[in-house]
Amino acid sequence: MSEAAYNFAYLDEATKRMIRRALLKGLAIPGYQVPFASREMPMPYGWGTGGVQVTAACLTPEDCLKVIDQGADDTTNAVSIRKFFERTAGVATSEHTAAASVIQTRHRIPEQALTERQILVYQVPIPEPLRFLEPRESETRKMHALEEYGLMHVKLYEDIARHGAIATSYAYPVRVEGRYVMDPSPIPKFDNPKLGGMAAIQLFGAGREQRIYAVPPYTRVVSLDFEDHPFEASKAAHDCDLCGAAHSYLDEVITDDKGGRMFVCSDTDFCAMRRAEGHVGRLSPKGAAA
Amino acid sequence: MYVATKGGERAIDAAHQWLAEERRGDPSAPELTIVQIREQMALAVNRVMAEGSLYDRDLAALAIKQARGDLIEAIFLIRAYRTTLPRFGASQPVDTDAMALSRRISATFKDAPGGQVLGPTFDYTHRLLDFTLMAEGEAPQAARKPADPAPAPHILQLLDRDGLMEPLPASDETPPDLTREPLEMPADRPLRLQALARGDEGFVLSMAYSTQRGYGRTHAFVGELRIGTCAVDMEIPELGFAIEIGEIELTECETVNQFTGSKTEPPQFTRGYGLVMGQSERKAISMSLVDRALRWAELGEDDMGAPAQDAEFVLYHCDNIQATGFLEHIKLPHYVDFQSELELIRKLRRDAGAETCKEAAE
Repeated sequence: MSEAAYNFAYLDEATKRMIRRALLKGLAIPGYQVPFASREMPMPYGWGTGGVQVTAACLTPEDCLKVIDQGADDTTNAVSIRKFFERTAGVATSEHTAAASVIQTRHRIPEQALTERQILVYQVPIPEPLRFLEPRESETRKMHALEEYGLMHVKLYEDIARHGAIATSYAYPVRVEGRYVMDPSPIPKFDNPKLGGMAAIQLFGAGREQRIYAVPPYTRVVSLDFEDHPFEASKAAHDCDLCGAAHSYLDEVITDDKGGRMFVCSDTDFCAMRRAEGHVGRLSPKGAAA
Repeated sequence: MYVATKGGERAIDAAHQWLAEERRGDPSAPELTIVQIREQMALAVNRVMAEGSLYDRDLAALAIKQARGDLIEAIFLIRAYRTTLPRFGASQPVDTDAMALSRRISATFKDAPGGQVLGPTFDYTHRLLDFTLMAEGEAPQAARKPADPAPAPHILQLLDRDGLMEPLPASDETPPDLTREPLEMPADRPLRLQALARGDEGFVLSMAYSTQRGYGRTHAFVGELRIGTCAVDMEIPELGFAIEIGEIELTECETVNQFTGSKTEPPQFTRGYGLVMGQSERKAISMSLVDRALRWAELGEDDMGAPAQDAEFVLYHCDNIQATGFLEHIKLPHYVDFQSELELIRKLRRDAGAETCKEAAE
């Protein structure tokens, strides 16, 4: 690919303008799915094309970009997307949450609280929270328009009746500013409480499904639940084995074939930062705290 | 001891180098040229052009080479390239009546003005492996005959004259553009045809086949199938008139379907339409069957609940680039979600276990 042949951040300016209009509309109607003419990107649909288009439309040459997948900067697809913007936009990139002005993410919200000068861009596979209850787009759009969310509550109720708990552990539906029910993308429900009242702008891009939606700063975002079965953000009941963090989302890593396992922060930057500060976990090498 | 997986970047680079080596194959075998692919894999090139929605044989051949012959991957390369191209304008509608025909057949009439032209078809070949092709140096020559100067009007027009065909009102309305606006339902016929024209050949074929087997049955006759080149005219603003800017090969299929009439329409023949870039007749015929099946509502037919009658189902699933991307994305890491599922399953099992213990104790 000859980078000079492409516009800044790959997309042409007319396409960026079209996306920005969709973003502004999304911000004006929090949680509403705005149809947009998603373009074919040089990476496959389902691999973050929505997020990439939103990021491309937001980036300015002064921005500093961070890309994470599963909370980590070094997962293959995060590396690939970061490289794409290094080549096509030439922007600075960072693995540090605090240093980035735009953060594109798949499946996680960083542990460290974001600020008003940051934008968090989510990659979204299926933007429609009602999709698995009603496969037809023509129907689900009507349900949103009429605020007809009974089906969703029935589903959650049936979960409780059958399993004693709501059996959704990620992509847990939320209600935005008391109006639209929204899919927060497949983040673990542990991350749901961070969605509400966040200082940063949250933008959601679904490329294949051609939808953009947004949550403006300091917006009320409530995870759906029942009074007698309140929402519960859950995580593995362990501390991070590397940095000792008690309240970060953990990945479980199988360490041998005899049932051995360890738990580590999924947010690699957060974990590295804590270790640099001298925090240690159960499996930290002796003398690692430096 | 666990070490956080680093080196994704190095792994990606190494994988791409390996891929390039595999693409080339055994270096002692001569390398394929783009011209060879363009000339000798012409039908693969056609499919890539049609589903990639870009009429450029050389680029399609390049994409096939780069994709190691994986046609969906080649289509993806073309689509990703196409979307970066600036748009100078739109051509005038092509006139398929004036097509320079290389093939033209009708299954509904033994003969018609302009005649039947078999053309370069696999039809009536015996599918026996031709081992002489394993040797090199063949350059077969077919017999030649001057083109018939007589015009070859569309055969359905002849039925139209008798009032037996459903009327097709002409329209100068600019059709919607799937590549510039999001697909929204309900989709009108031009939009549906546009989606089908770039839809996956295998998907459209299976949908069409399902209507033949009774899922939304509308028995289709191939009224006419024509393949040939058409001039592409474009009005140049600076000139103020249209000039020919090139020609493209097209395959067009018009089917005739019996229709016994409804509350609003008298008994008559109805149409299905297929138009595909390049020589691609399986696709064009399939497209016309699916087009006809999707027209059930406007013709006042019953919704039989057949997949091919369901525009939302057909249009949202016919694009192989969307489909393959989403399908293959499940290869990406999902361990955060999987972790939350693990915890949920463990919790539910714990709760269920506690219940059982309690019951046993009682």
